[in-house]
Amino acid sequence: MTAIANSKPKNLFRRIDWRETLHLMKKNWSAYLFLSPWFILFLIFTVFSVSFSFYLSFHEWNIAESAKPFVGLENYIRLFKDEKFYQSLWNTLLFTGFGVPLGMASGLLVALLLNTKVRMQGIFRTLFYIPVITPLVVSSIIWKWLYQGDYGLLNYYLLKYGIIKEKLLWLADPNLAMPALIIMGIWAGTGGVMILYLAGLQGIPEELYDAAKVDGANGFQRLLFVTIPLLAPTTFYILITSVIGSFQSFAHIYIMTSGGPLRRTTVIGYYIYEAGFRHFEMGYASAMAYILFAFILMLTIIQMKFVKGDIQY
Amino acid sequence: MAVKTEEHHLEKASTAIDASKLLGAFGKLLVYLALIIGAILFTAPWAWMLSASFQPLGDIFNWPPTWWPEHFTLENYRRVIRAAGIGQWYVNSMFIAISVVVLQLFFNSLAAYTFAKRRFPGRDAIFVFMLSTLMIPGVVFLIPNYIILQRIPLFGGNNILGMGGIGWLDSLWGLILPSAVSVWGIFFIRQYMKSIPDELLDAARIDGATEFRIYWQIALPLSGPALAATAISTFTWNWNDFFWPMLVISNPDLRTVQLGLALFVVQNRTVWDVVMSGSVLATLPVLIVFLIFQRYFIRGIALTGMK
Repeated sequence: MTAIANSKPKNLFRRIDWRETLHLMKKNWSAYLFLSPWFILFLIFTVFSVSFSFYLSFHEWNIAESAKPFVGLENYIRLFKDEKFYQSLWNTLLFTGFGVPLGMASGLLVALLLNTKVRMQGIFRTLFYIPVITPLVVSSIIWKWLYQGDYGLLNYYLLKYGIIKEKLLWLADPNLAMPALIIMGIWAGTGGVMILYLAGLQGIPEELYDAAKVDGANGFQRLLFVTIPLLAPTTFYILITSVIGSFQSFAHIYIMTSGGPLRRTTVIGYYIYEAGFRHFEMGYASAMAYILFAFILMLTIIQMKFVKGDIQY
Repeated sequence: MAVKTEEHHLEKASTAIDASKLLGAFGKLLVYLALIIGAILFTAPWAWMLSASFQPLGDIFNWPPTWWPEHFTLENYRRVIRAAGIGQWYVNSMFIAISVVVLQLFFNSLAAYTFAKRRFPGRDAIFVFMLSTLMIPGVVFLIPNYIILQRIPLFGGNNILGMGGIGWLDSLWGLILPSAVSVWGIFFIRQYMKSIPDELLDAARIDGATEFRIYWQIALPLSGPALAATAISTFTWNWNDFFWPMLVISNPDLRTVQLGLALFVVQNRTVWDVVMSGSVLATLPVLIVFLIFQRYFIRGIALTGMK
């Protein structure tokens, strides 16, 4: 077992001793056997899948037609001329640019409030977290009802408290559909952010607050100069993962607006679905998926660069 | 173990800022007020669904809305069971979610043990390669996996070359097998298993135990919390999943709860009473699992999140 560990000091340029390797492989045959169920499925549905998608993006691939010609970069060129694609990118940016910061702010606020030795912390935490585990189909149904123009609850309370003058058609109004989706996203996302921030807050040593107190910092200053800076790694992690998640969201959009009205809620994820499974242009849809992949890859690399530093308190 | 202390920290009604000293009694009142208002806003949509599910259709449209059912009825539940056939959807969803959980627990933990506690040529390379695939967004897999399912040989009327039929499309195989392993799950369990002392396993090896027996009788029982956390999040994820079933399934008898409910809404736009009771039933299993296993759930998220 310990053969590798005890063999010569690690040298990257060491010539691989094939006979030894083979011997070790034979000796540890069961390790490969243990990995095989996972590895086979991983090869098919991940490794092959992602390469196949790349292959598709250079072909005109319609599931209903037998001819699937190679078209080179045509799908990518078409993409850069496609106004609908730009619109979907813009919609994705709007959805993410407003949704993620607002959701993070609300999650941080709840976490800070819950972190103040309140009673029934567990109950509050559960209530804020329930939207996160609620199935997306169900939350879409509830919010569709809330946003109803004629009898929706939201219009009722907004009218009652004089915030609006007349009933609004939330999901049917081209200017309100996207804000409506963003609001629902905040509702669904706050709980998850809250949990991560609560975990981050637990990691801040008490001594730092004591030291700040000794230095005469008041509560607000402690929040601003101790808590917020020390939460930076958590904040950064939540920011990147939320942006990645937000770039890909489309299931609730499918149920609530089907990308309308006037394509105002067609985000990139929805456009990929539409191209691939409505118009059956699977090659074109794959090219779009790869552009999205490139964006997300960039974000992941940025994240890894920063997290490598692993800020220590 | 690391995970235990983590939980301890989370459970501890916390420390960092003491509101009473910070802002005095008035501040504490404000904190409660903010939390209560927030909790009401976040619970209201959900509470309304529950209330509406017990009201006749006419009352649901009341303006102002009735929060407490005036004419309490169970008719909506009777109708969603009889007319919409939610029973069959439930059976399908349960079968899928439980199969995926069982397969994932076994395959993931087997791979996790191998990565954590065995030494063999290629281990680190395979592990790093596996982790690097986490960067690929899920939407990239949508189209190729659909085509792969269609071409699975010898299923759904396909010949040995995977041509002529529909493969695993429109079958439960297509919903279960692509999710039978998870890189996150392997990674999470592996991190946990790393903390099992090697001496324990070596002692068993000297006593002549096979590798499988060491995994099964030592590593697995010691990884309870990690297994529980993965099981719960896997169950929730699969129960709630809607999009993949929508793409794969067309046979009405194979619909899952989420798929059935979503299509029911599309086809019967105005039957809100049945839709509301259906929504409650579609949420119930994950809600129950969440409430019972909350601590594992939150710990799992906090841990995978912070790694």
